[in-house]
Amino acid sequence: MTVATEFKRRDFLKATVTLGGGLLISAYIPQWNKTSAATLVDATHAFAPNAFVRVGTDDSITIIANHSEMGQGVYTSLPMMLAEELECDWTKVRVEPAPVDPAYNHSVFGLQMTGGSTTTTSEYDRFRKMGAMARIMLIAAAAQNWNVDTQTCRAEKGYVVHAASGRRAAYGSLADAAAKQTRPTDIPLKDPKNFTIIGKPIHRLDTPSKTNGTAQFGLDVYIPGMLTAVVARPPVFGGKVVSFNADQAKAIPGVVDVRQVPSGVVVIAKGFWPAKLGREKLDITWDDGPGANISSVALRQEYAETSRTPGIVAKKIGDPAGALAGSAKKITAEFEVPYLSHSMMEPLNTVVDLRSDSCEVWTGTQFETMDRLAAAKVAGLKPEQVKLNTTLLGGGFGRRANPACDFVTEAVEVAKVAKAPVKVVWTREDDIRGGWYRPLWYDHFEAGLDAQGNPVAWLHTIVGQSIMAGTLFEQFGIKNGIDSASVEGAADILYGIPNLLVDLHSPKSLVPVQWWRSVGHSHTGFSVEAFLDQVAHAGGKDPYQLRRTLLANQPRMLAVLDLAAKKANWGGPLPAGRARGIAGHFSFDSYVAQVAEVSIDKDGTPRVHKIVASVDCGRVINPDTVKAQIEGGIIFGLTAALKTEITLENGRVQQSNFNNYPMVRMYDSPEIEVHIVESAEKPTGVGEPGVPPVAPAIANALLVLTGKPIRRLPIKAEDLRSA
Amino acid sequence: MISFTVNGKPVSVEDPPSTPLLWVLRDSLQLTGTKFGCGMALCGACTVHIDGEAVRSCVAPVSRAEGKKITTIEGLSPDATHPLQEAWIEIEVPQCGYCQSGQIMSAAVLLRENPKPTDEDIDEAMSGNICRCGTYPRIRRAIHRAAEIQAQRAAK
Repeated sequence: MTVATEFKRRDFLKATVTLGGGLLISAYIPQWNKTSAATLVDATHAFAPNAFVRVGTDDSITIIANHSEMGQGVYTSLPMMLAEELECDWTKVRVEPAPVDPAYNHSVFGLQMTGGSTTTTSEYDRFRKMGAMARIMLIAAAAQNWNVDTQTCRAEKGYVVHAASGRRAAYGSLADAAAKQTRPTDIPLKDPKNFTIIGKPIHRLDTPSKTNGTAQFGLDVYIPGMLTAVVARPPVFGGKVVSFNADQAKAIPGVVDVRQVPSGVVVIAKGFWPAKLGREKLDITWDDGPGANISSVALRQEYAETSRTPGIVAKKIGDPAGALAGSAKKITAEFEVPYLSHSMMEPLNTVVDLRSDSCEVWTGTQFETMDRLAAAKVAGLKPEQVKLNTTLLGGGFGRRANPACDFVTEAVEVAKVAKAPVKVVWTREDDIRGGWYRPLWYDHFEAGLDAQGNPVAWLHTIVGQSIMAGTLFEQFGIKNGIDSASVEGAADILYGIPNLLVDLHSPKSLVPVQWWRSVGHSHTGFSVEAFLDQVAHAGGKDPYQLRRTLLANQPRMLAVLDLAAKKANWGGPLPAGRARGIAGHFSFDSYVAQVAEVSIDKDGTPRVHKIVASVDCGRVINPDTVKAQIEGGIIFGLTAALKTEITLENGRVQQSNFNNYPMVRMYDSPEIEVHIVESAEKPTGVGEPGVPPVAPAIANALLVLTGKPIRRLPIKAEDLRSA
Repeated sequence: MISFTVNGKPVSVEDPPSTPLLWVLRDSLQLTGTKFGCGMALCGACTVHIDGEAVRSCVAPVSRAEGKKITTIEGLSPDATHPLQEAWIEIEVPQCGYCQSGQIMSAAVLLRENPKPTDEDIDEAMSGNICRCGTYPRIRRAIHRAAEIQAQRAAK
């Protein structure tokens, strides 16, 4: 069967989406071309009306997911959106990862990728339309077979039904005939009140495979003749190999070769273990370069001083300096957060099978288009000669959307010297010491309060490396020296403060930085919300009530805040030694509020007993997935609030594994409640917005308990003891 | 040559005796359900059973398996209907899913030794397993649920 190509570029959606702090990108959705259509149709007779769905003659429904599954549930929520309009039998639905093709580009960013908590919001219209298109063509096929008007037929759970005659035809039986129908140009969508799948807590399609060992992640890819490689990378960012001696490494049984590659020295072996043993035996002389001078202690000092000087203005409202000068009470505070590693449970890995005229890559990536381009460039091939297979991702959190395509580029370089199919595996130490961190941030605040204790001036200076500088995203993401990801959550605060100034310093460093679940919001959520509580205390106001006052013109945030406060019994009695803290944050176009219930152990360790969260993310596709994402975001944020920091001394990262880069575990996992605000607004992000409010909610509870503000993360027992 | 059984099947491997069992399972036997997370027994992703005992296979030399019965996630039950597997699906525990083999293998020992674990029991038994996606609240619920399923089956 051939897929007709009459259906040319259609603009399903002219989207303008605000990303983070005002990054505006508008784009048309490209549709597929002949190449992609050819890749879609298997040998069986199937109906493939578009790049996103195939109907098999066996009634199977295959939905092609163009976004990566890294835990956020898109291998279920994308099919749900399509199936809603297809009116198919959900039990017949299976999901398949998309190949790399422009047909599968992100509807806003114009690249095939997963990130920015945008999968649902960017695909809500397209996936429903793709399902509706298939349904319309199946109905047309049945009507033609029965010689009746299409208007007299309807679709129902995988059948086309002609009520007047009682005839029914299963989708599979119509596949061939449907393929001959003309694609509709007008594709009306259901009234949401008639949804039967969207909005329901449907079981995830990938869950069974994740309970019996069959789920295949990148690390689980084994191809014939494959070798395994580990790379010794410079101990200092920007370092270079001067020379190396591989004699001892090569003496390890199973080690096949040791070679220099641009990123370091690679040990290639028959399996991971000999490769790792071989690496331990390498004798490498490194030229550290200027990176050897990097020290977290010095950086903090430098950032602190910089934060007290004016930066590039990101946002100015009213007369902040004048209002501050004329205020009845002034308060100032500084906050700092460290570099953080993503530390997905599945360490980075990539399998490459490089041939003279082709290259096949298997990896869990969030960045298909760019990774394929990078692989082609290194291999000296055209992008079309590179087949990139997206596996399941054992966590992503942004790390697998690397702007330099680091793990794929390196793996193809290794394949060039390996002369055999090869899997490059990162160890946990490689991961934690490998850079691409959430930036270290330093924030300086000044606020002026009027005689009633209300903030009338808010001045916020941010210091931290730009993530987008020097990347492909610079042209979209940086305007007039302001990286929108550096000031998101600060320059666009929802609070009605009449005089506001947010300015930015973007120091450069050899430490590579990257988006990390919630990106800029991961620090502004903390600093803004923790400072606001200091303002409330200084003005003698209840922090919840002050927020209510300042959110008078923000009904959605206000509703979320009220819901969290109500469900957490804000102001209600608590066991002795416990306090509540509240925080809210707007990110990825969603509204989240959290109330944390906290106490302090005798040794000063903060203990989080419970977090009550509320979220307004517009229309919900799968409520159970939304809850899971907020729960997961809370635990992720809790680890950042209480546990982790990457520090450098003499350019060397001081952490290496989960012993010194510790995660929240079961015993310190609090009770979590998530409440969803019902909404008919457009769906918005849920993967990241759960993270930002966690740390400030905890910090604000600790402020109540100790009377002293928390000014840095992670919150340490020693800080509380001295408090 | 080191011989043992994996999920009931006898195997012999030629890996050096000090090779961690994890890499023998994955690289030599292609049983990829058991995961590599840290290599230092810090995260629990590699948890398997050696003669019924939960072991971090990333630090257990394969020599330790000689003559023993190894169970991996693939062999926890013949048809993936262990009470934990059913509860994991019912409660929708996994997100990325990478750590869940290890979580389930740790929980299986807990549930066998302690058919009605308390929250404190779960804290103790499960704190060696890290989940970066943060599924702990659901793991807790699912273990309680699996205990119910197990009890119901025993009553039949």
